[in-house]
Amino acid sequence: MIKLESRPQPSQLMSLLSPLLALAITVLIGIGLFLILGKDPLRGLQVFFVEPVKNLYSLSELSIKATPLILIALGLAVCFRSNVWNIGAEGQFVVGALAAGWVAMQAGPQLAWMGRGIVVAILLAGVLGGMAWAAIVALLRDRFNANEILVSLMLVYVAEMLLGYLVYGPWKDPQGYNFPQTITFLPETKVPRLFDGLRAHIGSVIALVAVGGFWIFLFRTYRGFALQVGGLAPLAARYAGFSSRSALWTALLLSGGMAGLAGGLEAAGPLGQLTPYVPAGYGFAAIIVAYVGRLHPVGIVFSGLLMSMFYIGGELAQSRMALPKSLTGVFQGLLLFTLLACDTLVHYRLRWQRRAASPVSAPAAAVKEA
Amino acid sequence: MEALALLLAATFNAGTVLALAGLGLLINERAGIVNLGAEGMMLVAAIAGFATAVTTGNDWLAFGAGALAGALLAAAFGLLVIWLNTNQVATGLALALFGAGFSAFVGIGFVQGKLGERPRFAVPGLADLPFVGPAFFRQHPMVYAAIALTLALAWFLYRSRAGLVLRAVGESPESAHALGVPVRPIRLAAVVGGGALCGLAGAYLSVVYTPLWVEGMVAGKGWIALALTTFATWRPARLLLGAYLFGGVTMLQFHLQGEGVQVPSQFLSMLPYVATIVVLVLISRNAAWIRANMPASLGKPFFPGS
Repeated sequence: MIKLESRPQPSQLMSLLSPLLALAITVLIGIGLFLILGKDPLRGLQVFFVEPVKNLYSLSELSIKATPLILIALGLAVCFRSNVWNIGAEGQFVVGALAAGWVAMQAGPQLAWMGRGIVVAILLAGVLGGMAWAAIVALLRDRFNANEILVSLMLVYVAEMLLGYLVYGPWKDPQGYNFPQTITFLPETKVPRLFDGLRAHIGSVIALVAVGGFWIFLFRTYRGFALQVGGLAPLAARYAGFSSRSALWTALLLSGGMAGLAGGLEAAGPLGQLTPYVPAGYGFAAIIVAYVGRLHPVGIVFSGLLMSMFYIGGELAQSRMALPKSLTGVFQGLLLFTLLACDTLVHYRLRWQRRAASPVSAPAAAVKEA
Repeated sequence: MEALALLLAATFNAGTVLALAGLGLLINERAGIVNLGAEGMMLVAAIAGFATAVTTGNDWLAFGAGALAGALLAAAFGLLVIWLNTNQVATGLALALFGAGFSAFVGIGFVQGKLGERPRFAVPGLADLPFVGPAFFRQHPMVYAAIALTLALAWFLYRSRAGLVLRAVGESPESAHALGVPVRPIRLAAVVGGGALCGLAGAYLSVVYTPLWVEGMVAGKGWIALALTTFATWRPARLLLGAYLFGGVTMLQFHLQGEGVQVPSQFLSMLPYVATIVVLVLISRNAAWIRANMPASLGKPFFPGS
């Protein structure tokens, strides 16, 4: 029978292979699913893994979806490394979009002096909006010990209702034929695009810069180090004098700010106005992106692109193979599930073994039955 | 008066969804396992139950299908966290995300599905009393079943030997293991049983409470049920009270909307979520009290022999 035997130290190689293994298993399950549904699995693979990278146009679309995922996942990686469970990035994204949208709606002749600089103000508002929403979580955790998982998640629903109230109520475009949407933001408020004729915008450049910034923060600064010690060994961190309160606030404000930035870029970028459809699930998908990317900034770039392929693949599967778009969510969830299972191999190795006479008294104390 | 009676009746109905899921999660947590996937299990169970009810027309089969769906997902979660020692928080999140996607995927054909109003069970003799009758005694049988389940669970946890073992596994798995208690199978059984109850809650939601299927229809009730276990300090009777309290908040929102109160509907819809946050804050502020009541090994992995 198979035994799990603990490794002396976590395997670096397995830590890198595990996401690939998980992807392979997810693809295999996907092929099975296509067969059950009577669809051509090769066509399915093509739709998910070839079409999204086929040409410049599709690459540009890929970058549009990958940008928010990478930005949010970077912040979440800091959170999860510090053992702070912010799972309400979706709400922080929405509030970021609301704050950014509010600034964008103020644009006009009286703000003409700002020129294109107004984009900076819009994005800054997005960051502050996301931070403010995450600060509620930090405050309630810090002052009242309220579970951050549940509070951050409840605030997602509150943020969505707030968005609904604004676009159905005070922010509704008077000339919008009563549709629940704000005015279309003026051209000068739009996030600049990178190339003519493509929707890719400077958000992807910001995301790449952020990757560098987060790498330095996590691995080259004292504060980043202190945060991670707090996550791995809270007692050691306390002994070393690292404040767990400051870790909590730093992690939540950083991740909230990143989610808010992503929301601002989305509002003033591809969307160009606020509608009830601002929340697209990026905040939840980014949790998977962060894990599949090994909570490492560079890994997150790859997993962000992968998850973005899942999004585009799901849309294409809907239009070309008559499959529901929610296929994306199925594959995303499966990927995280299989990844967590495969991660067992980081800490344990598999051994074929005859049934030991008495597992308890076996010399390798850490042998456990699989 | 008539309106108040109906409001009360609706409160028990809404509270039953939360109570069933909350009791399931309470069993999990008493055994030391936190399953954040409640929302996902309830969603998959909701579509499983709804699809069964629409195709067979039998509600009890539908409840069975929901419970089975919840139990299966919980078993997958349990194998991962109990035997492979994966992180409980992350694995629960994976279940929540997978359940949301999977239920939307398989439910696409049932979005237009229709079920009629489900029959209520009038308690003979009591149902015809003025006020009390319509408020308490004309409910779906599952409402009474949830109350019976609460009592049974309280008896099981505090008066039976098996319940003592379950609690021991959640408080100190090492001691339980040393006494020869099979910790991991017991934890798995608790997780699967809890999942089945979450599934029952999901099926009740889609078959009796709404009754329809919409993507994401659980709308945070799984998360609220998780908050309820803390609110109840892991005691069944308090959990039932908490569930009715939250059922009341949900119903109050519809009631106020119906009365034409001059508050935007979105703010009324926020009520259950804001109430959850407020309750969490009030309950958690006394950290020592929470620690004294919480199963001591909640969320901590256990591997025998290390």
